[in-house]
Amino acid sequence: MNKHISPRLNRRAFVIGTAAVGAGLAIGLDLPFGGPAVVRAADGSPEIGAWVVVRPDDTVVIRIARSEMGQGSLTGLAQLVAEELECDWTKVTTEYPTPGQSVARKRVWGDFSTGGSRGIRSSQDYVRKGGATARVMLIQAAADAWKVPASECRAQNSVITHTPSGRTTTYGKVAEAAAKLTPPADVKLKDPKDWKLIGKGVNRLDTVDKTTGAMIYGVDVKLPGMLNAAIKDCPVFGGKLKSFDEAKIANMKGVKKVVRVGDTAVAVVADTWWHAKTALEALPIVWDEGDNAKVSSESIAKWLAEGLDNAQPAYVGNKNGDAKAAIAGAAKKVEAVYSYPYQNHATMEPMNATALYTADRCEVWCGTQNGEAAFAAVLEASGLPAEKCDVHKVMLGGGFGRRGQTDYVRQAVMIAKQMPGTPIKLLWSREEDMAHGRYHPITQCKMTGAFDANNNLIALHYRLSGQSILFSLRPEALQNGMDPAAFQGVAQSGEAAFGYSVPNLLVEHAMRNPHVPPGFWRGVNVNHNAIYMECFMDELAHAAGQDPLEFRRKLMGNHPKHLAVLNAVAEKIGWTTPAPQGVYRGIAQVMGYGSYVAGAAEISVTEGSKIKVHRIVASTDPGYVVNPAQVERQVAGSFVYGLSALFYGGCTVKGGKIEETNFDTYNSMRINEMPKVEAVMVPSGGFWGGVGEPTIGVAAPAVLNAYFAATGKRIRHVPLRDQNITFA
Amino acid sequence: MANLTINGKPFTLDVEPDTPLLWAIRENAGLTGTKYGCGIAQCGACTVHLDGVAMRSCGISVSEAEGKQITTIEGLASGNTLHKVQEAWIAQDVPQCGYCQSGMIMAVAALLNEKPKPTDADIDEAITNICRCGTFQQVREAIHTIASA
Repeated sequence: MNKHISPRLNRRAFVIGTAAVGAGLAIGLDLPFGGPAVVRAADGSPEIGAWVVVRPDDTVVIRIARSEMGQGSLTGLAQLVAEELECDWTKVTTEYPTPGQSVARKRVWGDFSTGGSRGIRSSQDYVRKGGATARVMLIQAAADAWKVPASECRAQNSVITHTPSGRTTTYGKVAEAAAKLTPPADVKLKDPKDWKLIGKGVNRLDTVDKTTGAMIYGVDVKLPGMLNAAIKDCPVFGGKLKSFDEAKIANMKGVKKVVRVGDTAVAVVADTWWHAKTALEALPIVWDEGDNAKVSSESIAKWLAEGLDNAQPAYVGNKNGDAKAAIAGAAKKVEAVYSYPYQNHATMEPMNATALYTADRCEVWCGTQNGEAAFAAVLEASGLPAEKCDVHKVMLGGGFGRRGQTDYVRQAVMIAKQMPGTPIKLLWSREEDMAHGRYHPITQCKMTGAFDANNNLIALHYRLSGQSILFSLRPEALQNGMDPAAFQGVAQSGEAAFGYSVPNLLVEHAMRNPHVPPGFWRGVNVNHNAIYMECFMDELAHAAGQDPLEFRRKLMGNHPKHLAVLNAVAEKIGWTTPAPQGVYRGIAQVMGYGSYVAGAAEISVTEGSKIKVHRIVASTDPGYVVNPAQVERQVAGSFVYGLSALFYGGCTVKGGKIEETNFDTYNSMRINEMPKVEAVMVPSGGFWGGVGEPTIGVAAPAVLNAYFAATGKRIRHVPLRDQNITFA
Repeated sequence: MANLTINGKPFTLDVEPDTPLLWAIRENAGLTGTKYGCGIAQCGACTVHLDGVAMRSCGISVSEAEGKQITTIEGLASGNTLHKVQEAWIAQDVPQCGYCQSGMIMAVAALLNEKPKPTDADIDEAITNICRCGTFQQVREAIHTIASA
């Protein structure tokens, strides 16, 4: 049984750079993107130790820089390395290097960031080269020992064979010698047609511990002498902590200390978290809520609606022809306004981090989607230099984009800094987690379509009004003020390109940034853009008196990959054959994260407002499928996440605060509401797309379009709970 | 102080009687397989067995749990032999992030104790745990695999 080695918490046991290397081989490699050259020791010899460690017993440890949060890329990345390494897959384990080790070695493991469905697609080239490099060195070591040319040797399943003589040895036996060799300057990767492991739905490497309770998540970290902290940050974003009366809780059981955390938060440190949380709830706190306390969902909606007015300034994200003129002179026009609310990530594991600060060292244990960003946060909050800090990544109880932010890491260090020498585990209550999210941005969209006399779509004006994530989180990525990511799914080109050709097109964004902090929420801007565009495409088809699938197809002649996935779901769901009695269908497609996806749903509606989803078909073209079993799970999971948001989600604002503070008001789909998702893989090869997020874009519009087919009523606002529409 | 029997072993824990069982299990008994998700008995991540019945441990005080047999995910296996639900979970590769799966597995084990061959409707009624990753399809398939074994 393959068993992922859980990231261990004993620091000494987790020094992989030396201990593991001493037992075998670790091979460095050139990073192809301007990173350091082959990492070399002080004497100039090639340092060993980046992607692959081979132990004498033939166990292969594959280093994984990206974070596993359920999406399966830990296993997928290991498959990529193992494919080129030609090792025995049953003897593969994985290990996380720390960001501190990586920085100390000039970022030998590259980017740690695990978001944007990038885990596989943006590291596939260099991790495969890491595997190939190790294979070449291992074969060379065997050839040297046998005094034969390496070209006469081949490797398979961790066994090296000298073909002419039939002699064999194993990776474990030549690892020490291989480690002394200079890595080859260049290695040739396999032709995809020769892949044996890539493309196979092998089981995940981290499953066993997740079934026995042994897997360690951030919330489970234990350190000797550790205390626990509960925190409250000002519930109005932008507000401040004015005062608190710690005398009132000083005698409560287990309480050790009450600390200010920056300008905005207060934390109680106690022996147990339950004591800390109980005392925090009893602590009198006075907030300076500030002007944002006047903001409500209504005031935000009004402000965004003003941005739909063409007279207001807007950034143009995609354009051809003259949409406004074509619309003005058109035979027929269709116009509609849609909206999408704030959404909380609601990871099952609330935010948490454990920090140990001393005068000359600061270390943090946490689940993070971005080890290097967490590391930077530790440096900043501790005030210590890089060589005195590190972050130890543990399993994430869900990420969905939330754990790419480092607010909770920073807080843990700020608390620990006030209690030097004592490890502090900071855990947010679910209520704190819901109130201090980094929310899916809020937007509205006015779309106008225009037809000529023959019902051909001649113009489309897509006017988005609302929040920019980059404005808040990565202002350096704005382009003359414009947020290019706002156009995900409706962009002219690139990894989230619009899939329709319309002779006159105008896609624009009136940026309006309310005070509620936005974040990268699984699918990000693809979510609302796909809902708006795909539901409106359905509206246009009906206005033209055409079948929604046929109407789309006519606009997709120049977008064969978009069309292929749409055709794949149409065929699988039987679009051209009648649905069962009382069952109605909806369809949608989008491109995001470099992949092409489409979805189709079959639903029935009773009493006009009770929806039963009977069947979902979803197709994906990510170029290459590394692990089809995991892709299927990502596709199905995207439907659960997307439909939960559609039916039950939506975070509202009152008095400047988020109103939904737990799963009783921010519900999530259960097993009884979710049908089987029939995933169709249509990998066309030649490119690498992501799979964790794109499908979420088609989940809601497929169901909403089916709802229209069933009822003749168009739903243009999310969530459905606001409109008394529920699961049957 | 509370005297609890967890996974067949006696524990004398220094907790107030109204402490939620979840936190006594996690922080005082040190068994962290049982997870905190919501604290209001909505999500099911903290599901344990009390005398064989699946219960959400965040909503039960230690005083209510005294005198009962408490089983957590760590006590589901018999020695080195995994429970059939755990085995099926591994074979079907059910977990994604895995955080909700301790509770999910405990809920499923209790269901199968009561109904060895549950229908889809039985599953829909009994398994109400939240899984944000969306493993429901694999959960259902794994239950049916066990039932048909």
